[in-house]
Amino acid sequence: MTEHTIPQSGHAVPTVFTQAQLDWLPWLEPFPEAALTERHWAGLVDASRAKSPYFMLLVRDPDILQARTKTDKDIFYNPEAGLPRAERELAAAAASRLNGCIYCASVHARFATHFSKRGDDVQRLLDDGLTADLGPRWNAITSASAALSATPSSFGAAHVAALRAQGLDDAAIVDVINGAAFFNWANRLMLSLGEPELPTT
Amino acid sequence: MSIDVIDHLAGLAPGSPLATIRDVRRQAREQAQASYVALFEASELADMSRDERHAVATFVAALHRDTTIAAYYAKPLVPDLAITIATEATRGMASGPFGAYPAGKLSAEDTTGPVYAASPGVAPRLAAALNHAHMLVFHLRDASPEHLQALLDAGWSTTGIVTLSQLVAFLSFQIRVVHGLRTLAGA
Repeated sequence: MTEHTIPQSGHAVPTVFTQAQLDWLPWLEPFPEAALTERHWAGLVDASRAKSPYFMLLVRDPDILQARTKTDKDIFYNPEAGLPRAERELAAAAASRLNGCIYCASVHARFATHFSKRGDDVQRLLDDGLTADLGPRWNAITSASAALSATPSSFGAAHVAALRAQGLDDAAIVDVINGAAFFNWANRLMLSLGEPELPTT
Repeated sequence: MSIDVIDHLAGLAPGSPLATIRDVRRQAREQAQASYVALFEASELADMSRDERHAVATFVAALHRDTTIAAYYAKPLVPDLAITIATEATRGMASGPFGAYPAGKLSAEDTTGPVYAASPGVAPRLAAALNHAHMLVFHLRDASPEHLQALLDAGWSTTGIVTLSQLVAFLSFQIRVVHGLRTLAGA
């Protein structure tokens, strides 16, 4: 089999961070749906993901995809203790804003807005970046997420102190760490295996 | 049962306060471990060898200046390869993230940094993987189809590129969780 990249052209490229719904175009051939085995379906976790070119590309290595997806779901969806969902999404959006993943930032900014009802503040994070003033509690979360995302990471005791000063207990701080760290995983896949597209309709 | 690698690397003893907090996100803990197992204890190695997995992981950890994690992944490497990776990581040191946005309003935020190319003595397939890993670690927003073509040209399969990408991306997660937990434990 000749393997090749899929250069994408002619589509509308988003050039700003947005909360709008974006599409994603792969740069490598997704796995053919007709060839999916039981192990591939397990890798997809949700059968509906067979409609996504992103997951159909990642399913070429099904075991790591399955573990990745289940890690993601628990960090963000597990309702027990820790940080409210809105602020886990804020950590994800902040990491994505720092790294420059327009696609990931769009999804998690939307979720942050949905769960917090603070769409204007979320938009300020997208428009102005990590220097946006979102109030002391959100500032502590976005600063910590950005510091953790830098390479090498600059997350330190001062970030922990700032989070504690805003009422976050250690379980909530672990959620900030996990949420931001996970998007350093997701951003690298989204940015390097394809590119975002503004929907045509 | 293998040890929990994140607890091990972060120095969290079983039953310690942060290990107990991690237990509340049991699936996240177990699946982060399952991710490690899928990448480093895989039985299908046709698209990315065990040596390649450990060499790239060591390189990525070293680029993050984490000597404990780099030493952990370097353990199975033969000394010559471990030395090569350490040398290449020293050559590749940088600070990120930097890179360019799609041309437009965000171009005002474009920043540049060193683009790494492996030494001529590194075998082409590994060299291509190290080049790609360096881009993913430090300047991910510069990613392009040309980066993937370079891997294909060096003999990587499409599936191998997916595994390589997952490995570098997973390490970027794992290293930050470990760093975050260590910091929190000491604060």
